[in-house]
Amino acid sequence: MNDKLEIELNGKPFFLDKAASLTQLAETLALNGTRYAIEVNQEIVPRSQHESFKLSDADVVEVVQAIGGG
Amino acid sequence: MNKSKQADTLVIAGKSYQSRLLVGTGKYRDLAETAAAIEASGAEIVTVAVRRTNIGQNNDEPNLLDVLSPEKYTILPNTAGCYTAEDAVRTCRLARELLDGHDLVKLEVLGDQKTLYPDITQTLSAAKTLVDDGFKVMVYTSDDPIVAKQLEEIGCVAVMPLGAPIGSGLGIRNPYNIRLILENASVPILVDAGVGTASDATVAMELGCDGVLMNTAIAAAREPVLMARAMNLAVESGRVAWKAGRMPRKLYASASSPIDGLIS
Repeated sequence: MNDKLEIELNGKPFFLDKAASLTQLAETLALNGTRYAIEVNQEIVPRSQHESFKLSDADVVEVVQAIGGG
Repeated sequence: MNKSKQADTLVIAGKSYQSRLLVGTGKYRDLAETAAAIEASGAEIVTVAVRRTNIGQNNDEPNLLDVLSPEKYTILPNTAGCYTAEDAVRTCRLARELLDGHDLVKLEVLGDQKTLYPDITQTLSAAKTLVDDGFKVMVYTSDDPIVAKQLEEIGCVAVMPLGAPIGSGLGIRNPYNIRLILENASVPILVDAGVGTASDATVAMELGCDGVLMNTAIAAAREPVLMARAMNLAVESGRVAWKAGRMPRKLYASASSPIDGLIS
């Protein structure tokens, strides 16, 4: 798996191409056009940096959305 | 609409609202019902939860924020499900990023899964961190007047004591505590949680609360859209009754018709 990197995505292992950006991750997850926020290793990565932010092995990534709630 | 009604707005963090009913978006059958109920409620502030995106699920499904556009409604992200100050703060920061810098949040830090009572120590700690970080915090709390004042002093923009446990529908269990909180408050006080039916919302407003936040009372009604309308009317009715000022309670009767001129 040399050409892949393994991250933890929303609590589960997830594989991506090496040096994938957060924008690529969002595309992989078909999130285009929806509202979401991403945190990497407990730090929020602003949307403006998603294109340039490259993921590394063992990054812990959270992708969240708004859902119904009180 | 007359002048006095127009002037009676709820002001939270500098923004005016015509409706004093705030509603949640959970527990509805589907997004269409959510949208219809919220429309019928007349609410302008609606709460949402922040949760992990389901990986590998169909993302073509409509998103909540497509149905409830942030242009039309003031979206109030909550920290429901958080049991520590740290998790609550983290959730608020994610919500702010999700909503393009929108910084109005509903803070709730829970202490126990059975009662969903707030953990006050954690709530105070999270409120302080969030206020320092520039958030405008509407905070869910117990009906303890001392804690309510402390949350106000920390800088929360609204304090929201429970009427009864979340989702219980038991009504306003301790109206005297709500009154004590209201007496000391200089920020809006909203009852958050516990309302079961329209009269409960009216009771909260008749006590002088600035608003009511509810979810289950509408979503779990047999006809949610109809109940949403009832709550809209109930909150307005209670507000107007509070402004009108109720008559004093008396132990004995006082005839409404004149005594003079009786035929016998």
